[in-house]
Amino acid sequence: MTDATPVRLHRRLGAQLTSQHPIVVTIFALILGFIVGAIIIITTTASVLDAWRGIFHSWGAPGHAIRLTFDNVGAAYRTMFTGSVVDPNSFWDSLTTGKNWSVTLTPISETLTYATPLVIVSTGVGIAFQTGIFNIGANGQAVLGGIAGGVVATMVHLPMVIHLPLALLAGLAGGMLAGSVPGILKAFTGAHEVIVTIMLNYVVYAFLLFAVLSTPFQQPGQQNDISRTFDGSAQLPPLFGTASGLRVSYGVLVAAVVVVFAWWFLDRSSLGFDFRVTGANPSAAKASGISARSVVVMVFLISGGLAGLAGFVQAASTTHQIDGGFLIGNAGIGFTAITIALLGRNRPMGILWSSLLFAALGVGGRAMQSQTGIPLDLATVIQSVIVLFVATPVLVKEIFRLRAAPVATIKLATQGWGS
Amino acid sequence: MTTIDVMRLELRGITKRFGSLTANDQISITVEPGQIHSLLGENGAGKSTLMNVLFGLLTPDEGEILINGEPVQITNSGDAVRRGLGMVHQHFMLVPVFTVTENVVLGFEPTKSLNRVDYRKATEDILRLSRQFNLDVDPDAVVERLPIGLQQRVEILKALSHDAELLILDEPTAVLTPQEIDALMEIMRSLAAAGKSILFITHKLKEVKAVADVITIIRQGRVVGTAEPTASESELASMMVGRDVELTVHKEPFSPGGDVFEIRDLVVRDERGLAAVNGVSLSVRAGEILALAGVQGNGQTELVEAIAGMRTVESGSITLNGRDITNHSPREVLDAGLGHIPEDRQRDGLVMSMSVADNLVLNTPRRVPFARRGTRDLAAVQAHAVQLIKDFDIRTESPQELVSSLSGGNQQKVIVARELSRALEFLVASQPTRGLDVGSIEYVHRQMVEHRNHGNAALVVSSELDEVLALGDRIAVMYAGKISGVVDPSTSRETIGLLMTGTKVEQPHD
Repeated sequence: MTDATPVRLHRRLGAQLTSQHPIVVTIFALILGFIVGAIIIITTTASVLDAWRGIFHSWGAPGHAIRLTFDNVGAAYRTMFTGSVVDPNSFWDSLTTGKNWSVTLTPISETLTYATPLVIVSTGVGIAFQTGIFNIGANGQAVLGGIAGGVVATMVHLPMVIHLPLALLAGLAGGMLAGSVPGILKAFTGAHEVIVTIMLNYVVYAFLLFAVLSTPFQQPGQQNDISRTFDGSAQLPPLFGTASGLRVSYGVLVAAVVVVFAWWFLDRSSLGFDFRVTGANPSAAKASGISARSVVVMVFLISGGLAGLAGFVQAASTTHQIDGGFLIGNAGIGFTAITIALLGRNRPMGILWSSLLFAALGVGGRAMQSQTGIPLDLATVIQSVIVLFVATPVLVKEIFRLRAAPVATIKLATQGWGS
Repeated sequence: MTTIDVMRLELRGITKRFGSLTANDQISITVEPGQIHSLLGENGAGKSTLMNVLFGLLTPDEGEILINGEPVQITNSGDAVRRGLGMVHQHFMLVPVFTVTENVVLGFEPTKSLNRVDYRKATEDILRLSRQFNLDVDPDAVVERLPIGLQQRVEILKALSHDAELLILDEPTAVLTPQEIDALMEIMRSLAAAGKSILFITHKLKEVKAVADVITIIRQGRVVGTAEPTASESELASMMVGRDVELTVHKEPFSPGGDVFEIRDLVVRDERGLAAVNGVSLSVRAGEILALAGVQGNGQTELVEAIAGMRTVESGSITLNGRDITNHSPREVLDAGLGHIPEDRQRDGLVMSMSVADNLVLNTPRRVPFARRGTRDLAAVQAHAVQLIKDFDIRTESPQELVSSLSGGNQQKVIVARELSRALEFLVASQPTRGLDVGSIEYVHRQMVEHRNHGNAALVVSSELDEVLALGDRIAVMYAGKISGVVDPSTSRETIGLLMTGTKVEQPHD
């Protein structure tokens, strides 16, 4: 035990310096994402373009063009920030007068509300990625989880202490059920999980329509594709009470538990170790006595379960019911989860930050759209560009000339210790 | 075509740096015409870098290359070939479905009118060269049907047909049987007699002594000395490693106990559905190392995989301490006390992206004290690693170092440490020293013999005859999926060599 302290210290320093590198790349990818966004704003805003066309017409024209560019881009990104995090003016007002806190906190509350299911579903996708499994079916699993949780939330009537946990478990189980299909098929027949999960998504979407149009689940007296409203005892209540007007719910606690669980699972549990070994080297996993079959089935149960949980959390903290368009199209959190997991490098904390970023871009993008008229899709473009650059670190290193020098310094720095 | 009739190659002060690492440091070597010049060095000593510099694949930071006294710039491998350098690679660069002639002319086809390939001329050239140097190659044979030794000669022919005056043979004997090695040495001698220069790169001391005129030893990128072929093996080894090396392993007298491990009439199929192991029966006693010799690809890989539970057994049985473990899962086999040092350590033995500590518990992560009730005890894993790093002299900065940053020898030590530190009933080691330097080979051999001296049983599969002879208490030879003989380690190399080619030999034991 005498040399435990220096070893641990060395490990921590070494780990930080080496992990510094991907984080540096991620930060530069963020910057690039916003630069590309700025270019798009410039080239699609007529007034800015006109100003640039006229720069040779008068002495003041170039200055005017530059000013107009900064005004427009600045306004867009400012509204994105104030719409998703906090408006400094409003914050100062609230701080000095003690009033209007609900208005001041609404942007961050909305971001957290959007981030909550993203964190949960992306963690599941990230665990699958670490095991070498490409779970494209997270969205279908989330939908089935939403339905399963929804059925418990509407059909069963119990006190909240039992009802809410039961509904959350039902969501988990629904996702596991959807996940077990590709898991079992891959484990026992070798069917490729990407194909199976994509196909299964459509099966689940069809089942969703069937469920919300069928008698017990459909809202009574409705012809539309919408479910009954969840019992109050099965809704995730607002974290600061209904009176606060803030939507952020107890779902954030569920997400926090999931992040801690995922960290423990991957870093500390024996099964998580099996998962990581399988993901890093399937041959060595086999030779070391890890059963590929049970790993595949288990990873789909866990990944699918988390997706299902996310689906129910989403419904139980926002709409309190499910309609035929639940998580369909742009709302497909299971697909966003793939990019979030990638951005977060499949690690729980990374996924937490990436989810917050994506949620903020989405919420802020909406604010930007309503206040400046720049379409919400710009936020999607920025998200995509960031992921693109993160996925191609070589490109980022090349653009910012991060190449050999910093890499060598980092390596040398770590090599210097402990020898 | 104009040709240089003889070549005197001189490398002067070649230095090549990669960042802070100096792979070649002021290397100077002169290869005289008609000389077999052996370049002896461990893996990572800088031999490959030097050859890549010579072949124009890397540009040296300092130094120059002189051919017949004139400085030359070699910027790519085509350049090198035009200047009369020929390379015979460790892994052959041949098209398996082409004939010898087609392979030899590939890329340099002699043409007649209308741009047609002149095969007749090519065939004649090959026959002439083949006769001149006693290569004995049929120009019309399809390469994939030729034995490895002959395929290598096709590579040599290919270099000769491009008028190579200096041949570089890069670890040419790794894949050959003892008889093929002898034949290759003969060819090298006749090439040298005809005035060709040969740069012979190897780490095998016996071969160097047998064939080289001059030996240059490099270590850590520097020339550490030259030696005459009369130098003893241990002198050469200590120059190569930089310290005294024990080439022979001390073994306690052989006193076997009862049968620990037994294979009966085993049949195992490979990926193509062929019976790669075709009726093998073997038994290993306590306190015994059974060495399984044989040229690679005669079913040893499949046999070991079947024993380790990684490949389905079609028929026959495998028993460990009287317990049938045929077709048990790898987990069950490991739990039954089988230790396995896999042939391909990076594919089957290690997870390169994980730490040394994690790799040291790779196949026992759930055992107390490494985990309790599904939760890993990282402190126990760390303590275990610290202990094994000390006991097995694994050179690593810390237990948390990624295994990928260790040298090959230390990676193998991680596997050896992991397997031998468990309570084993039986150890299977497949090519346990492949690609390792002399120092690491010495170490691994000592560990295995010590394991055996403690009364444990082991099966060591190796295509290196030296290893088989050094370790085996009995030697089984495998050929074409069958055991062609089980012999005593006092048996001559020639006899074992013959068994490796499937030739029937009078055997005292069977």
